[in-house]
Amino acid sequence: MTRITELPTTEYVLPGNRACAGCGIGIALRVVTKALDGKMVMTVPASCLTVLGGMYPTSSVNVPWINVAFPSTAAAAAGAAAGLRAMGKADDMTVLAMAGDGGTGDIGIQALSGAAERNDDFIYLCYDNEAYMNTGTQRSGLTPAGARTTTTWAGKRENPKDLPRIMEAHNIPYVASTSAAYPTDVFDKVAKAREIHGLRYIHMNTPCPSGWSFDPKDTVRLGKLAVECGIVVLYEVEDGVFRLTGRSAALAKAGKALTPVAEYIATQGRFKAMTADAVAEVQAWVDKRWAGYVARERAGE
Amino acid sequence: MTTKVITGNEAAATAAKLARVQVIAAYPITPQSPVVETLSAWVESGELPAEFVTVESEHSALTVCITASTVGARVFTATSANGLAYMNEQVWWAAGARLPIVMCIANRAMAAPWNVLNDQQDSMSERDAGWIQLYCRDNQEILDTTIQAYRIAERLNVPVMVCYDGFLLSHTVMPVDVPSAEEIDAFLPPRTAPLQLVDANDPRNIGPVTLADPRADADGVVRPGYMEFRALHHGALLEALDVIPEVDAEYGAAVGRSWGGLTWEYQLADADVALVAAGSLTTQLTLAVEALRAEGVKVGVLGIRAYRPFPAAELRARLAGKQLAVVFDKALSYGYEGPIAGDLKAALFTAENSPVVFGCVCGIGGRDVSPENLADAARRAIADLDSGLRDRTPDWINLRPEGGAR
Ligand SMILES: Cc1ncc(C[n+]2csc(CCOP(=O)(O)OP(=O)(O)O)c2C)c(N)n1
Ligand code: SF4
Ligand SMILES: [Mg+2]
Repeated sequence: MTRITELPTTEYVLPGNRACAGCGIGIALRVVTKALDGKMVMTVPASCLTVLGGMYPTSSVNVPWINVAFPSTAAAAAGAAAGLRAMGKADDMTVLAMAGDGGTGDIGIQALSGAAERNDDFIYLCYDNEAYMNTGTQRSGLTPAGARTTTTWAGKRENPKDLPRIMEAHNIPYVASTSAAYPTDVFDKVAKAREIHGLRYIHMNTPCPSGWSFDPKDTVRLGKLAVECGIVVLYEVEDGVFRLTGRSAALAKAGKALTPVAEYIATQGRFKAMTADAVAEVQAWVDKRWAGYVARERAGE
Repeated sequence: MTTKVITGNEAAATAAKLARVQVIAAYPITPQSPVVETLSAWVESGELPAEFVTVESEHSALTVCITASTVGARVFTATSANGLAYMNEQVWWAAGARLPIVMCIANRAMAAPWNVLNDQQDSMSERDAGWIQLYCRDNQEILDTTIQAYRIAERLNVPVMVCYDGFLLSHTVMPVDVPSAEEIDAFLPPRTAPLQLVDANDPRNIGPVTLADPRADADGVVRPGYMEFRALHHGALLEALDVIPEVDAEYGAAVGRSWGGLTWEYQLADADVALVAAGSLTTQLTLAVEALRAEGVKVGVLGIRAYRPFPAAELRARLAGKQLAVVFDKALSYGYEGPIAGDLKAALFTAENSPVVFGCVCGIGGRDVSPENLADAARRAIADLDSGLRDRTPDWINLRPEGGAR
């Protein structure tokens, strides 16, 4: 595992961008671009990431970046990959599709599923801030149960869909789950994905102080707490073989009880209206999922 | 050059091959499907060395073309009706991003209710999206126009729709002269470096949020605002009024055939009445002219090849001194009138010596329309004019009153 001190020193995300203070996306994008040595072209849909990228004629990022329509990220990456291949330039750069949870799991899932079934040659990175943040924190299919959003005022009733598992069902060569709170885990997964051909899917939890209502200084702390609770699990599935990574692997190995989700829930304004029963339901859901991951780790599948 | 007896769809696919397209992405829909099928067979057999992306939808088909074109490839797609409507967001994107994409449209009626037959509602509804739109009268023109479209698109950085009537042309065989690869290679060299550069050594943020007003870049150079970009785009479409005929003439010099540029006419010089349309309907109108001329009525055809940009000045010139222009639209702006009729009226509004314009709506959802029906509609229009009418609601040709009840 790469250590934080070993990360390449070249910066591709320029100092100063339009994201909120404490935004998890900026932390992650820095290491993602480092893992690809800046030899990349991104396709980016409408999202907070667009805003982070900057407004014409200035840019906050020093890598080729193509802004694309909200539902089209994966197809746009497929087109860039096909175009580069046709031009004999496919080896010059990695195509990186990067979109939010809404752009990936809701409106963009059709194009993503099509590209995955074709095993098109690009990395798809979904940064999951658990709602439509760019448009003012409306619910997405990946918003957790209990979260208040501007379209679920009393708290969302449904659990989020499990996007990495949906992607696994496409039998693509690489699926990973990571967190912006662990930059080296992000780096290692993107660096590994870079060496693989076909569609590589990485799901990345990205705490959002503005949408989740917490102090911007706590982004990394909360991202880590989510892993401690088993809400976010760090793993990878390489050619169908499942493996926990980083802190999640250590937690499974220790075999002790995880931190109660109530601790994580208490840190964020969006969960303020949750009842004890609702918290218990989330705990039961998380426990069941965690047991499943641990079982998969043991079985090595 | 060899002569082949082929369908309009095969003519479109053949043109894409001759243009040496590098990336193709298309999704099946009647009556366009044979275009995708033909191209995929050629790519599979190695006859056409291109990337063929078997997308899961039309939205993705045009998306693939957008980014493949952004990285520099020459791209092709084709669709019809609901496929085009499903692409709509990307139709606008392709134009706003100023990408030289060529897309063939086998014109078909829009659902609901389902109907796979021909009218031109699909592409006419994309009139304002910032694409150049060219309409073809026969299969030869489909082949020639599709090749010309690349040269026009790449000169102006504006995408081009090549529209041809579903089934009437898409599935009807005609003799088509197919130019040699050498002839087309000389006419259409490989695409030069794209406007939008994708290079890790010269990174750019392409198509970011753009404010209404101009704004200075990092070096202090003031760059356009959103509105300036739109004005530039409009300027490119106006420039197309020159470029379309130029390219048609260059094609004529290279291949020996050209199509009149923006508009064309048949027996119009001495006519009092002009019959105006776009697409295969114009071929039928030439037959209606024969019938009416035999009766001593002085009529001619005015064919519209370029619908966007709208060739207003050329239409005004061709119609100067005429008494009546009868427009035949295979589409309708519901609650108003046919799109060509409405646009032509606007173009003639301040012109001196201009004719009265009467609209007709015909061929909707594949309703048969014969040269006799068209001649009858012209006779009705002339009678309306003689009775003193200067304006009227559209004449629905072959509307069947017994089918009025739901
Ligand atoms: C077709 C379309 N529908 C809706 C929108 C409005 N829209 C822009 S971004 C966005 C939400 C993005 O959510 P997500 O993908 O999770 O990214 P985030 O903003 O959270 O970073 C929406 C609904 C749009 N741009 N295009
Ligand atoms: S709303 Fe959240 S995800 Fe968006 S920029 Fe702000 S902190 Fe980042
Ligand atoms: Mg989001």
